[in-house]
Amino acid sequence: MWASFICWWTQDQAEQFFRSGHTNNWAVLVCTSRFWFNYRHVANTLSVYRSVKRLGIPDSHIVLMLADDMACNPRNPKPATVFSHKNMELNVYGDDVEVDYRSYEVTVENFLRVLTGRIPPSTPRSKRLLSDDRSNILIYMTGHGGNGFLKFQDSEEITNIELADAFEQMWQKRRYNELLFIIDTCQGASMYERFYSPNIMALASSQVGEDSLSHQPDPAIGVHLMDRYTFYVLEFLEEINPDSQTNMNDLFQVCPKSLCVSTPGHRTDLFQRDPKNVLITDFFGSVRKVEITTETISLQRDSGIMESSHEEGQRDEELMEPLKYAEQLPVAQIIHQKPKLKDWHPPGGFILGLWALIIMVFFKTYGIKHMKFIF
Amino acid sequence: MLTNAGRGPLGAGCLGFSASGVGRAPVSVSSASVGPPVTPEVVRGKRAALFFAAVAIVLGLPLWWKTTETYRASLPYSEISELNALQLRLRVPVTVVFTRESVPLDDQEKLPFTVVREREIPLKYKMKIKCRFQKAYRRAFDHEEEALSSGNVQEAEAMLTVPQEQAEGSLTMYVISERSSLLPQDTMSYIGPKRTAVVRGIMHREAFNIIGRRIIQVAQAMSLTEDVLAAALADHLPEDKWSSDKRRPLKSSLGYEITFSLLNPDPKSHSVHWDIEGAVRQYVQPFLNALSAAGNFSVDSQILYYAMLGVNPRFDPTSSSYYLDTHSLPHVINPVESRLGSSAASLYPVLNFLLYVPELAHSPLYIQDKDGAPVATNAFHSPRWGGIMVYNVDSKAYNASELPVRVEVDMVRVMEVFLAQLRLLFGIAQPQVPPKCLLSGPKSEGLMTWELDRLLWARSVENLATATTTLTSLAQLLGKISNIVIKDDVASEVYSAVAAVQKAAEELASGHLASAFVASQEAVMSSERAFFDPSLLHLLYFPDDQKFAIYIPLFLPMAVPILLSLVKIFLETRKSWKNLEKTD
Repeated sequence: MWASFICWWTQDQAEQFFRSGHTNNWAVLVCTSRFWFNYRHVANTLSVYRSVKRLGIPDSHIVLMLADDMACNPRNPKPATVFSHKNMELNVYGDDVEVDYRSYEVTVENFLRVLTGRIPPSTPRSKRLLSDDRSNILIYMTGHGGNGFLKFQDSEEITNIELADAFEQMWQKRRYNELLFIIDTCQGASMYERFYSPNIMALASSQVGEDSLSHQPDPAIGVHLMDRYTFYVLEFLEEINPDSQTNMNDLFQVCPKSLCVSTPGHRTDLFQRDPKNVLITDFFGSVRKVEITTETISLQRDSGIMESSHEEGQRDEELMEPLKYAEQLPVAQIIHQKPKLKDWHPPGGFILGLWALIIMVFFKTYGIKHMKFIF
Repeated sequence: MLTNAGRGPLGAGCLGFSASGVGRAPVSVSSASVGPPVTPEVVRGKRAALFFAAVAIVLGLPLWWKTTETYRASLPYSEISELNALQLRLRVPVTVVFTRESVPLDDQEKLPFTVVREREIPLKYKMKIKCRFQKAYRRAFDHEEEALSSGNVQEAEAMLTVPQEQAEGSLTMYVISERSSLLPQDTMSYIGPKRTAVVRGIMHREAFNIIGRRIIQVAQAMSLTEDVLAAALADHLPEDKWSSDKRRPLKSSLGYEITFSLLNPDPKSHSVHWDIEGAVRQYVQPFLNALSAAGNFSVDSQILYYAMLGVNPRFDPTSSSYYLDTHSLPHVINPVESRLGSSAASLYPVLNFLLYVPELAHSPLYIQDKDGAPVATNAFHSPRWGGIMVYNVDSKAYNASELPVRVEVDMVRVMEVFLAQLRLLFGIAQPQVPPKCLLSGPKSEGLMTWELDRLLWARSVENLATATTTLTSLAQLLGKISNIVIKDDVASEVYSAVAAVQKAAEELASGHLASAFVASQEAVMSSERAFFDPSLLHLLYFPDDQKFAIYIPLFLPMAVPILLSLVKIFLETRKSWKNLEKTD
């Protein structure tokens, strides 16, 4: 019994020791490419957005930056949808996507302003990263990249040095507790080479000199729907629920070279905890620390005031009873209606004209004298 | 240019140089075999080249340097680095009043005098913090003697009320005789709701020393202990994983937004009414008024219908009730948070207090702690977020009437829990009272005055730590990246932040808690405004190869001819000197 007590005690302490010290979670998801043929980058970002929301991070804690609008793009054959699997299995756009920075607002400057917090005072709260020193932040970037840079909007680029400096500024001001950086671009590993601030873990879809490849085209939509790395990460995340104990080592194994063609890489030397003790939900989910409230304070009940307000409330209730609203929309009738038979109308002018044209051409070609063979 | 020997465009333009031969000694014939013939045009060309080079170097280079310089206002870097080594002295002025029977007579003769006790707080923080209790001993006045000989402590306190409010941070202690019946028999000390305390005296030779120790114990409980400061500095100290969970009070901020929400997931069964305005007016507002020195508070409330908890409660057949165990509590908050609208409320940190009336199918609902026992308060809280309380409808209410049942929420019970949670969230924890000490009952507001003082001490220290860290990191950043423009208003904010930090440290050392707190808040505001100024964005990162790529096409075509000419002039001049030496 003594031994079991000791075992329980040390396990409890050990659990506490390896738990992350964060109280809230934030996510910054960036898609940097525009134009219809970069559909897959928007789909990548929206898949990660969907997983992160499903695992509990609320919209107020997600900064979603999409450089182009694919769902309402004039070239989208299925408007208001963004699919991530071919045969249109999974629509990642859904009903409740909240895009914070859209279209031309996704620039290097705005991205760095979001990260460092140097935002003009008129920016609304949903566009700010209001993290503190107990926030775990997930940063996901996708687009076209090269050795040491990532292209934004086809007109500018962010270098790995700028990104590392931005993270250092975040660290100086203690804007994060731990940071997970995932990048899915060509030569993605070059973007995390220059990080030097503590508590950062980085994953990339390909090494320097390799290209990240896209997964599958969809013949109906006509473009590639997802990138390989994010596709397998999404598959992995679909199996995680808020209670999971899966750790980061499993995420590192997600896309081996046989499936991904490129070699995913990761960097953990700046991270203080061992990756096998880091839960996926530490970054992708939002688990709060709670404590049971055991104490109360005693207040003096002032019964006089309570009684009178109760009576007032009741009086108000009674006054409100007689009011009724007129039924303005007979919803029940509409729902249970049988479909009406439509009256037959003769074909309209256009159809008549078209047939007249066809018959005229027919007779012109074959001549009226041949008609006698028909009739 | 010299290679053209004056036939280029320069030759046509240099009209004033025709008399270039004036003042020069004619070149001897023998030098003609060494170099080209030194015609006046060649000399003119040389002078033109030299003039060009001179203009380029003397005028051009400084002009280019000046115009491509970024504007950087000067900052007090040395003062900022001094702030790191700042020594904080927190002075607590204590007035100790001795009644007649409390200490031996010869000790009484020595009154009044002052004793100072200074102690360094052992925290692993770069700023040294010293806690200084300044005890001013004096004899009791007549009205105080009268008050302290009354029957019980509450009466004595009522009579002892000082006409003017004591300054924040200061304490008054009354020493009564050993056998006095003011306190119950076994208690050695009593801590009152305002900044007063009562300690038993002793008839002993070392009376002052013994009483002094007791006084220090009580004073520490009422003002500053190591854990209060450690909690305030928790974010700046190295991570202590064993107890870091407990130390998560709200960060110091200028204001707070408190939102009370009533969640009614089943309006068909329960028609819930709560008199939130009355409850706020009566219970919450006095508490917030007492805390008003710590920041601006604004309160709002809302009622949400069909808001479910994200977790399904389990049924417990023994008590025929539903329960939520501790492991599922963390998942309760997230689904509901998106509906609370807390992000639209304000830029201040928001505290949410939710009252959940469970649906008829899941009534009654209890929260179980780790051992499986239902929690008395039926509530839980999350640090830096807020609290949730589950309010079960009395089962008797279902008997008589049809659905929906009218539920009148008992606001007193609810507010007791919410105010207790508010205290915990602010970090106003139970103090470490010394043994055999009686703590008075709480005031009607729920907050004792010295608890507010403790909060202000902790907040002032935290603000100073934050402001110093911000200023230091800003100075490091601006020093490291030389491309950032530092505008004048950023510089003035930095200066005012440094001045405010120094003023706050001075005020803390002289014991003026209120003005020290205000100064520390100003320091934090100014330093944050300077750090987060939108103009400080370092966007223009030029790696060296890009700098070369920009300047080479501009400067190289101009620089190459000038440099080559200068080299040629120099070589020729050297040769002609050698020839002159030879001929001389």
